[in-house]
Amino acid sequence: MTIYNLYMFDKTGSLVYYGEWVRKKPATMSKEEEGKLVYGMIFSLRSFLLKISPTDIQDNSFCYRTSKYKLNYYESPTGLKLVMNTDLNSSPKDLLKSIYAQIYVEYVAKNPLSLPGEYINSELFAQKLNQLVSMSPIYSQRNL
Amino acid sequence: MSIHSIYIVSKSGGMIFNYDHNYPKVETERTFNFPLELKLEVRNKKLIVVFGGQKDAVCAGQTLLSINGKPICEGPILEDGTNVVEFLTNEANFPTSLKFGKSRMSTNEKMFLGSMFYPLYAIASQISPEPHSSGIQIIEAENFKLHCLQTLTGVKFILITDPKFVGVDIVLRRVYEIYSDYVLKNPFYALEMPIRCDLFLENLKLLLEEVEKFGISYK
Repeated sequence: MTIYNLYMFDKTGSLVYYGEWVRKKPATMSKEEEGKLVYGMIFSLRSFLLKISPTDIQDNSFCYRTSKYKLNYYESPTGLKLVMNTDLNSSPKDLLKSIYAQIYVEYVAKNPLSLPGEYINSELFAQKLNQLVSMSPIYSQRNL
Repeated sequence: MSIHSIYIVSKSGGMIFNYDHNYPKVETERTFNFPLELKLEVRNKKLIVVFGGQKDAVCAGQTLLSINGKPICEGPILEDGTNVVEFLTNEANFPTSLKFGKSRMSTNEKMFLGSMFYPLYAIASQISPEPHSSGIQIIEAENFKLHCLQTLTGVKFILITDPKFVGVDIVLRRVYEIYSDYVLKNPFYALEMPIRCDLFLENLKLLLEEVEKFGISYK
C-alpha cells in the first residue's frame, strides 16, 4: 500500500503542485515537461471517457491500472485536478477529496497571498499535506 | 453483467475492428409545450441541448433524436424534408412529443477514439513511477469499465463492460484465440487492415452471448 506521487493542476492546465513520496524510476524530463505530459494525458483520457461512455458521466473521478501502478484522478467542481499515483491495491478517492477540501481549500484558496495559476510555494500547505497523507491508511511502511 | 463493445487496435495504432454488443440506449421521451424550456443548438448537423433540463431527465449534451416518433436525419431535417429548427419555432406544432438521448457514435468517431487509445496507453507506461510498467490495463469510471489486453505482437484488444463484470481476462484471451483462428489464418486477410471476416464476427458473437448467459467457463 504505497503512495508514489501527486500532481495538482488548475483549470488552465498549469502545474500547481507536485508532491513525491516514493519514486523508483527517475524522471526522464524536467518537472514542467512531465507536468504538461501528465496534464495532456488526463485531459485526453477524460474526453475519451466522456465520449465512449454509454450513459452520461456524473462523477468527476476515474482511475486506471497498469501492471505496476494505479493512477487516480479527481476533479473538484472548480476545475482543480488532482492526480495521484498509488500501488495497485489502493483506493484513494476519499483521500483525494479530503486533500481538496481540508488542505487545498484551507491553505491555498483561503490564502490571500496565493494567486491562481501560480505554483504553491507555501510551506504550511506542504506540511499539512504530508501530515494528511501519512495519516491515511494507504500510506505504508514502504514509504518511510 | 453485460459487455458494451469491443475494439481491436493494430500495432501501428489504427482501429481495425469494432463491434457494439449491448450498448445501453439512454433515451427520454416527453411532451413539450411552446415555448421550449430547453435551449437547442445545431452542432455537427445535429440538434444538441446546450442549456436547460434536469440531471435525471433531459439534460445538456443530449441530442434530439425524434419528433412525434419520426426520427431525425442529418441536417437536421425530418424524413419528409421539413427543417427541424423551423418546426420547433412554429407555435402551431405544439404540444409535441420529443425524444432526447445520447447519439450513437458514427464509424469515423469510433475509429478516432480507438486510435486515440494507443498514445494514451504508451504515455501511461512512460509516466510510471515504477520501472518496467506496462500500459493501461483497466480504466474504471463510474458507469463502465474498459479492459485492454496487449498481445506480444502489439495488437490491443479493448473491451468495454459494465462495472460489475468479473473475469474479463479470460474473455479477452478467448477473443485473442478467435482472432488468431479466424483472422490471422484467413489467407485473404492482410495484417493491420480492417477486419472483414464473417467467421470471426460469427464466432465472436457466439462467445459474447455465451459469456453473458452463462458467465465465464474455465475451458
